Amino acid sequence: MSVIATPARQSTGGVSARTVNRIVIYGLLALFALFYLMPLFVMLVTSFKTMDEIQNGNMLALPQAPTFEPWLKAWGETCVGLTCAGIKGYFWNSIKMVIPAVLISTLLGALNGYVLTKWRFRGHTLVFGLMLFACFIPFQSVLLPMATILGSLGRFGVTLRNATGLSFGLGNPTVNLVFVHVVYGLGFTTLFFRNYYEAFPTELVKAAQVDGASFFQIFRRIMLPNSMPIFVVTVIYQFTNIWNDFLFASAYAGTGDAMPMTVALNNVVNTSTGVVEYNVNMAAAMIAALPTLLVYVVAGRYFVRGLMAGAVKG
Amino acid sequence: MTTVATQIKLTPEHNARPGASVRSRLQDALPKIVLAPSFAITIVFVYGFILWTVYLSFTNSKTFPSYAITGSRAYQRLWRWTFESDPPSSWYTSITNMGIFGFLYIFICLALGLFLAILLDQKIRGEGVLRPIYLYPMALSFIVTGVAWKWFLDPGLGLEQTLHQWGWTSFHFDWIKNKDFVIYTVVIAGVWQASGFIMAMFLAGLRGIDGEIMKAAQIDGATTFQLYRRIVIPLLRPVFLSAFIVLAHLAIKSYDLVVALTSGGPGGSAWLPSNFMYEYTFKRNEMAVGSASAVIMLMTITAIIVPYLYSELRERPR
Amino acid sequence: MLRKLLIGTALGSGLAFAAHAQDVKEVEMLHWWTSGGEAAALNVLKEDLAKQGFAWKDVPVAGGGGDAAMTALKAMVAAGNYPTASQMLGYTVLDYAAAGVMGDLTETAVKEGWDKSVPAALQKFSVYDGKWVAAPVNVHSVNWLWINKAVMDKIGGTEPKTFDDFIALLDKAKAAGVIPLALGGQNWQEATMFDSVVLSTGGPEFYKKAFNDLDEEQLKSDTMKKSFDNLAKLVTYVDPNFSGRDWNLATAMVIKGDALVQVMGDWAKGEFNAAKKTPGTDFLCYRFPGTDGSVVYNSDMFGMFDVPDDRKAAQAALATATLSKSFQSAFNVVKGSVPARTDVPDTDFDACGKKGMADLKAANEGGTLFGSLAQGYGAPPAVANAYKDVVSKFVHGQIKTSDEAVTQLVSAIEDAK
Repeated sequence: MSVIATPARQSTGGVSARTVNRIVIYGLLALFALFYLMPLFVMLVTSFKTMDEIQNGNMLALPQAPTFEPWLKAWGETCVGLTCAGIKGYFWNSIKMVIPAVLISTLLGALNGYVLTKWRFRGHTLVFGLMLFACFIPFQSVLLPMATILGSLGRFGVTLRNATGLSFGLGNPTVNLVFVHVVYGLGFTTLFFRNYYEAFPTELVKAAQVDGASFFQIFRRIMLPNSMPIFVVTVIYQFTNIWNDFLFASAYAGTGDAMPMTVALNNVVNTSTGVVEYNVNMAAAMIAALPTLLVYVVAGRYFVRGLMAGAVKG
Repeated sequence: MTTVATQIKLTPEHNARPGASVRSRLQDALPKIVLAPSFAITIVFVYGFILWTVYLSFTNSKTFPSYAITGSRAYQRLWRWTFESDPPSSWYTSITNMGIFGFLYIFICLALGLFLAILLDQKIRGEGVLRPIYLYPMALSFIVTGVAWKWFLDPGLGLEQTLHQWGWTSFHFDWIKNKDFVIYTVVIAGVWQASGFIMAMFLAGLRGIDGEIMKAAQIDGATTFQLYRRIVIPLLRPVFLSAFIVLAHLAIKSYDLVVALTSGGPGGSAWLPSNFMYEYTFKRNEMAVGSASAVIMLMTITAIIVPYLYSELRERPR
Repeated sequence: MLRKLLIGTALGSGLAFAAHAQDVKEVEMLHWWTSGGEAAALNVLKEDLAKQGFAWKDVPVAGGGGDAAMTALKAMVAAGNYPTASQMLGYTVLDYAAAGVMGDLTETAVKEGWDKSVPAALQKFSVYDGKWVAAPVNVHSVNWLWINKAVMDKIGGTEPKTFDDFIALLDKAKAAGVIPLALGGQNWQEATMFDSVVLSTGGPEFYKKAFNDLDEEQLKSDTMKKSFDNLAKLVTYVDPNFSGRDWNLATAMVIKGDALVQVMGDWAKGEFNAAKKTPGTDFLCYRFPGTDGSVVYNSDMFGMFDVPDDRKAAQAALATATLSKSFQSAFNVVKGSVPARTDVPDTDFDACGKKGMADLKAANEGGTLFGSLAQGYGAPPAVANAYKDVVSKFVHGQIKTSDEAVTQLVSAIEDAK
């Protein structure tokens, strides 16, 4: 649905009014783009400068002798604790934690939203309200009780493995993180889908039901195909939050083997002594953010218009 | 919005039918079964832990949780600190900052997000380029973007110095060094980070609106402004709710924003309640006080959110 | 039921036995030493252990001067996954020991003679209830001045011996158009400087009573008031943009010659070293005027946890290597601190390091070795942070007079106790 353009064409019909309109819109969009890009610009130019230039030059100036050295160092040489092999090795740790966590929490959110709007039961508002309010729990205050529970699950996992040979992932730091992120992401994913499905025409569901479609059939055939924009939003939100989480990651998976990207990045950036290599830090931050940026660009393509049957085509 | 209230109320009718087979009973219970695990997890890991926090706030837990109830000393201290404005106690600073930051941050993000989404929805050439530009601040960890902002706002390094070099020597912008203004720099950086995502939420909402409604209104001769004010924005109500919740949640959890940008600000003047909570629980080993502040925060949120949720979620008459 | 129980026990003990027969040749180490120099120094320890066949499982969590690592440690302990050892500071060691999660190194300590070689002031934190629970790695001292020699020569300054000398020196720098005092306006830096100011203003006895014993009479005395007045004097010599600055950027100002002097702990020397500067020719290290003969210290320790029996051998090896003379020397040369035992030869240390070691030894014998309140060695964290609050609010103007500062200090410390 695009509005400003269409009525302009219809009501005034004047090309000039329309053109002015467009110029104003593009001008505003460009202006805001500058505001958003400014820090990125600072980071980018810094990451291509030598340390001398950073210390003696203006932070907004372009690098006089651009160097890739900081990027190479951040990727493969900088020290994360005692291991000096760059941050490249931590991608996999983060990816194998983030993808399941995002998928599970998003899917559960979609199902919850579907139930809470199209299969309402007595007390559905209360259930939703309680899940929603859960978004506000301060993570600092769940850190310790959650650790205690994960710890006992881990010990149970050891017992289980001794008895059956399988621990079912209990006690595995990656599994723990996935669990934690699903638990504390559910409120948001449910909120997003519930509020999106709220505006979704219930007649379609009703009609399908009359045709004998089951609960899951309706979800798969009718709801999911029409949920692209909210899927994009939810995935972006969950991916970003989980990828960038530091508190849980450092507390539950701090050990080298499962250490996620944020903890590694933090260890590169947040050192308090020694000459701070701002250029390497900036490069590392951008490398660490690449997967999220990729998700934004790729997922963003699915913000297509006209998703609903019969909706505007341009 | 009229269609929304038309709900399917099949479930109770099915239940009432006598002699329903096990299978159809299962079908009826299915939605609840699907919802149950999420709900159960929430009850245990959110509300259970909230109770635990409430309990700890009445103990004298210090470095570690201690389970002997010792009374409400933590609350008495917080209560006393609430009124210590000269010199400001850390708690007084935290809650007044929360008021300023929370209001400005949520309001500006909502306004800017909606505005950009509407602009971006005008069949913009290059939407695919602009959208990630508005969104990317969310992708970067504030551990590092904080440094970039810190430089930019630093009078000796960033904007002020650059403008001085360009000849505008009377320009003065040292909020980040000023104990009375530092919180506004936190607002600027916070808005920069989150407003793009709010834009995406509104954009998704706009794209989900049935085009037929719009067409009908246009045929009726509504102006663009009327169209948005009377039809589109009311239709986006659920998105406002989502956006508000996301922003409120980000606002009360803006811990690293403050730390990375200001290291707490001059004399601790940039603290937010989340900084207070973290400091007391983990750094000062006064877990009871930290827990009590968490409880106060949750109660404040309850007082603000619950009426809003109630008005948003109750069944509206058709 | 009973049978199940019996089988379970049998299984359990069988496993324990099997595990004990084969020791885990690995140390798991939580720390926040992630910067290049520190990591290089810690690598020495890693290699020492590797020679004995112990693998090093690194658990680095940087940020906030150990805050993030301590949060992670708390979560690990809550989950029951104790690391073999963790970098820890002062009262934190005692807190964990009181919670009963620390191991017992006494056997190693006796064998290595730590009782004699480690200063008694440090043993207050590394020994709990008669048992060694931590291995100190180094001793930092905070009452230092770091001066750019070129600037000093330009303004014709000499080593200040009293606080008034110091003010005169700062005036000279101001007149010459140099920033006299490089300060980072973060609460811990301000409080660290104030530690020295108090020691200088009130003398060793006063410092001890006020900042280690928390004696209220001293805290509200006129001497404390005078200390705040002296701090206020110092703050007039900083540049307007000092607020929020990181300490290493303040050091960089001295290194580059933008500023004359920084009051900072000896970790600042690591920055001079990294910039390839030599003590005596490029920079000067003096004790804070009026504090010569006393050392205000803090120390990094490796707290040793109560790990399963099969990991105890590795833990003992780690502790032994940590306090070995060779590691103590190699590590502290890089870190800028001095060894945690007083019998390490000072041959590899530079002039400042040699002075630091001699001062530590003298202070240890003369009873003038005091814990830094700002660094968490004067009082538990609740009190130390309340103290930092007051100092920082005084520096930044929320607290306006020294009278008010003293009143606030007394009530804040009372409140936090």
